[in-house]
Amino acid sequence: MARSVTTRHKVTATIFAWIVALLIFFPILYTIITSLKSETEAIAGFNLLPSFTLESYITVQTQRDYLTPFMNSVIISVGSTILALIIAVPSAWAMAFSPTKRTKDILMWMLSTKMMPAVAVLVPIYLIFRDLGILDSRIGLTVVLMLINLPIVVWMLYTYFREIPGEILEASRMDGAGLWQEIVYVLTPMAVPGIASTLLLNIILAWNESFWTIRLTTTNAAPLTAFIASFSSPQGLFWAKLSAASTMAIAPILILGWFSQKQLVRGLTFGAVK
Amino acid sequence: MGRITLKNVSKTFGEAKVIPSIDLEINDGEFVVFVGPSGCGKSTLLRLIAGLEDVSGGQILIDGKDYTNNAPAERGLAMVFQSYALYPHMTVRNNIAFPLKMAKMDKAAIDKKVTDAARVLNLTDYLERRPSQLSGGQRQRVAIGRAIVREPSAFLFDEPLSNLDAALRGTMRLEITDLHHQLKTTMVYVTHDQIEAMTMADKIVVLNRGNIEQVGSPLELYRSPRNLFVAGFIGSPKMNLIEGAYAQSKGAKTAGIRPEHLLLSKDSGLWTGTVTVAEHLGADTFLHANVDGIGLITARCDGEFGVTYGDRIYLTPDEGKLHRFDGRGLAIGNAGLAA
Repeated sequence: MARSVTTRHKVTATIFAWIVALLIFFPILYTIITSLKSETEAIAGFNLLPSFTLESYITVQTQRDYLTPFMNSVIISVGSTILALIIAVPSAWAMAFSPTKRTKDILMWMLSTKMMPAVAVLVPIYLIFRDLGILDSRIGLTVVLMLINLPIVVWMLYTYFREIPGEILEASRMDGAGLWQEIVYVLTPMAVPGIASTLLLNIILAWNESFWTIRLTTTNAAPLTAFIASFSSPQGLFWAKLSAASTMAIAPILILGWFSQKQLVRGLTFGAVK
Repeated sequence: MGRITLKNVSKTFGEAKVIPSIDLEINDGEFVVFVGPSGCGKSTLLRLIAGLEDVSGGQILIDGKDYTNNAPAERGLAMVFQSYALYPHMTVRNNIAFPLKMAKMDKAAIDKKVTDAARVLNLTDYLERRPSQLSGGQRQRVAIGRAIVREPSAFLFDEPLSNLDAALRGTMRLEITDLHHQLKTTMVYVTHDQIEAMTMADKIVVLNRGNIEQVGSPLELYRSPRNLFVAGFIGSPKMNLIEGAYAQSKGAKTAGIRPEHLLLSKDSGLWTGTVTVAEHLGADTFLHANVDGIGLITARCDGEFGVTYGDRIYLTPDEGKLHRFDGRGLAIGNAGLAA
């Protein structure tokens, strides 16, 4: 009796999980479906069966260059992530291993910058970029994305480093390791999983960021987010082409996310689950 | 060589003076145990010697050379931690080899030393495993192996057995003592367990609130504790401390008599009492009794003593082994030394 109840519970839970997953995935699925329709089909109304035409993909590719925004996305997201790690690793290190009375306050203050709506600093940042001449430049975008994700990167790394027991580091000191050897042979191997999942998550966040990327670029540095937005143009809405562009924009990160899901899940739940 | 000298060593954490000022001499080849209740500063003292904490004042000399401001790596000491502190990402072999790699020893010599250490510590079959695949006792042996391969001038042990179960603790106690006989290297051992202190030490340092209460061999501390703190701390079960008329009749503020120095009888004796708890261990018996005019007294006798809750018993203290303490808690005379 008890057994059949558990089985029924399991079945219900599985069905529920599938429904939720489908609801979450549906917009992406519908985007992919719409991208395979002709423009007339696309505006005709709700329809789950496209005519599987690649017409929109071809138009998108011939009308606009896909490669440049793709390369921009890669450079900006990877660049900002590496830059963020270069700054965040030492700072998280310092806060995790030699905390002071104010360490918690500094961490909270960093996080509080994420609570501010981005639009609140749009004008000053825009003006600074204009004056420095870095509007619509990869450098400018890389720096901005690094800055907005830095608090999350520091927090994630801090939680990872906190999990490394201090006695192990002390043991390595007793064993004759200098600071550099301690970092190379003991700390880094133990921190690599944490750094890797932070890196992955941050690349995804930077890839998907669309507020700053759309507002601070026009053509030269425009990444894929701006590429999608450009299809909702003054000439009207082209659903099929917009969907094709979106699909092309999200495909790389979707693939990356798929292959690294194990790392990502570990990264997101780290600290919560032991 | 491993002679460690502490001169006026003090340590403060912020406002808190953890160690006010300590002078101590640890001779080469000695097994010294720091013992005391938790928070007495014994671990801090060990970490100061190791160099894992900076002293706030004073000097630390190793073989006469001032190492006060040297990094842990430069002191030539090895440490075994309570949590074992093994490197989780390395195999047992690499864990043991790590200090030798740091010392830039060549590979053949490292292999030989690791193999030798593994044989001594019964770890030969586990060399390719990772720490997570080992039991607590094996992990502790790896930690000891990592310490012995580098042939340090002294070993520092920070409560190394407190994470093990009672049976294993007994075995490891013997193994460490045996290791000391073989290596004849200075060992400084921190514990809160006075049994470990009594059984392993050449010299015990009793610490309380960052101060040394007494330094001496286990039997010296047992026979002639310098003050009430040491009297109460060393010995198991604890010494009975009696105040009031009886103590005054002996010319003391407090009189102390160890449980094993009370003669038990069912018929006659100096004191009469009622048994509150009787612990029959087979080899010996512990009796807790409420003695008229004195209070709660613990007595120990060899073998079986057939009484139970509520029985009347008679106790006679062996007055030759009575300890007397004055109003400041200091021992009067050397009464205990006679034993």
